[in-house]
Amino acid sequence: MLDGLFDARRWNITLDSMGPFWDGFLFTLQVVVVGLVISLVLGTVLGVFSTTRSRVLRAVSRVYVEFFQNTPLPVQVFFYYMAGPRVLQAITGAPSPVRISSFVIGAVGVGLYHAAYVSEVIRTGIESVPRGQMEAARSQGFSRPQAYLYIILPQTFKVILPPLCNQTLNLVKNTSVLALIAGGDLMYNADNFVSTYGYLQGYIMACVLYFVICFPLALLVQYLEKRAKRKPRAKVIPGVTPEPVKEA
Amino acid sequence: MADMIEIKGLNKYFGDLHVLKDIDLTVAAGEKVVIIGPSGSGKSTLIRCVNFLEEPTSGTVSIDGTQLTRKNHLEMTRKYSSMVFQQFNLYPNMTVLGNLTLAPIKLQKKSKEEATAAAMAALKRVGLAEKAGEYPQNLSGGQQQRVAIARALVTKQPIILFDEPTSALDPEMIQEVLDVMIELAQENITMICVTHEMGFARQVADRVVFMEDGRILEVGTPEHFFENPENPRCREFLNKILH
Ligand SMILES: Nc1ncnc2c1ncn2[C@@H]1O[C@H](COP(=O)(O)OP(=O)(O)OP(=O)(O)O)[C@@H](O)[C@H]1O
Ligand SMILES: [Mg+2]
Repeated sequence: MLDGLFDARRWNITLDSMGPFWDGFLFTLQVVVVGLVISLVLGTVLGVFSTTRSRVLRAVSRVYVEFFQNTPLPVQVFFYYMAGPRVLQAITGAPSPVRISSFVIGAVGVGLYHAAYVSEVIRTGIESVPRGQMEAARSQGFSRPQAYLYIILPQTFKVILPPLCNQTLNLVKNTSVLALIAGGDLMYNADNFVSTYGYLQGYIMACVLYFVICFPLALLVQYLEKRAKRKPRAKVIPGVTPEPVKEA
Repeated sequence: MADMIEIKGLNKYFGDLHVLKDIDLTVAAGEKVVIIGPSGSGKSTLIRCVNFLEEPTSGTVSIDGTQLTRKNHLEMTRKYSSMVFQQFNLYPNMTVLGNLTLAPIKLQKKSKEEATAAAMAALKRVGLAEKAGEYPQNLSGGQQQRVAIARALVTKQPIILFDEPTSALDPEMIQEVLDVMIELAQENITMICVTHEMGFARQVADRVVFMEDGRILEVGTPEHFFENPENPRCREFLNKILH
């Protein structure tokens, strides 16, 4: 069954027809980047919502998170693929359903989906900041939004970076859902290759290429987790105030 | 002396809990007021109403003749008051210098150079100029609280509110913080200080306020207060903490 694995001829064919793999690889990377931006921006907004005093904002965030975490991504993506063009038609009043490129469906699909997870990461991060920080900020005259921006959110970075990288890693893998709607991504192009030349080389190559993106992220997670645990932080001598610092 | 803080008919509820009951208190500009009282009597809540960290349920708090409202309180805080907390509440992700320059740069729109110079001057006053590049977690509790005082000073508001600034400190660090506060008290700054440091109260306070169960039961000069307080509850409390 696995005879083909060591078949030099097949590997030669594979290496000669890497074009579609690289196309898919690049396409996937682009979907990842745009999807990541969507999930980070929307996730941060929703995460902040979930920690505000406004019941409405908290409810919006809760409903969003529960909906996207409790329905499968492929179903969501199929839904965008089928319903999206008609929804856009209704909104824009176009004469026929508006075609949506697989790139947009992919980026929006993983973006919206992972925003729910990012939101939970951000919420946990914010809740890990002691209440006294907001009070100190407000006692100095910072508004709540300013306090979040300058004081609360920066303090969450150390805690949230590892899980955010984990989310990125999952997001990369989840872009493969695009193969379901003939997306032109890495998985889809690998599938095409497989249907002509057999599955072994095709799927192995796809795995290698996904691995190339994901493994460095996994290493980064490990590094960040270690760094977050490092307790005594080194002194930083700000260049602006050398004299008084050196006086000591 | 002109009135700096005027509290009138102040009531505060947390849900059904009636925490402040018809509080009236006026503090003159430059006056030093010490608030004492048993735990849960509402001391923190009272001073937190002065910078609107707590919103009064009814009654008014006016600063320099202007009543605090939801609308103006941030602007009023920027202009009039700073606060020092029991738990220091320094920003742990910033250096000491960063803690001191954040508000001047972001809120008072000072240049980085200007803010840094002011911060270093404030740090010198509390004796910690050499710690400018350090992170709060690498400082002792006493040092952290002195940095917090410097952070309250650097924005130069006329009022400083202290909420039990030495209660979280190891005994050997209390005096270094009190010394800074005593030095501060020489100035024309208006101070309201919740503390159980009676030596400090004697030395610095113009008036001492005794609170219990959400009410002010006695107000007087330290002499009056420590020699012959009229209210029996107050006498009882003083006996407890002085002996
Ligand atoms: N945010 C809040 N929500 C509900 N109850 C509160 C809140 N803050 C304070 N309280 C309650 O209000 C009462 C007065 O609290 P406050 O902190 O003002 O007392 P305190 O005199 O400062 O006491 P301590 O000496 O322990 O600091 C207490 O019963 C406290 O439990
Ligand atoms: Mg208190």
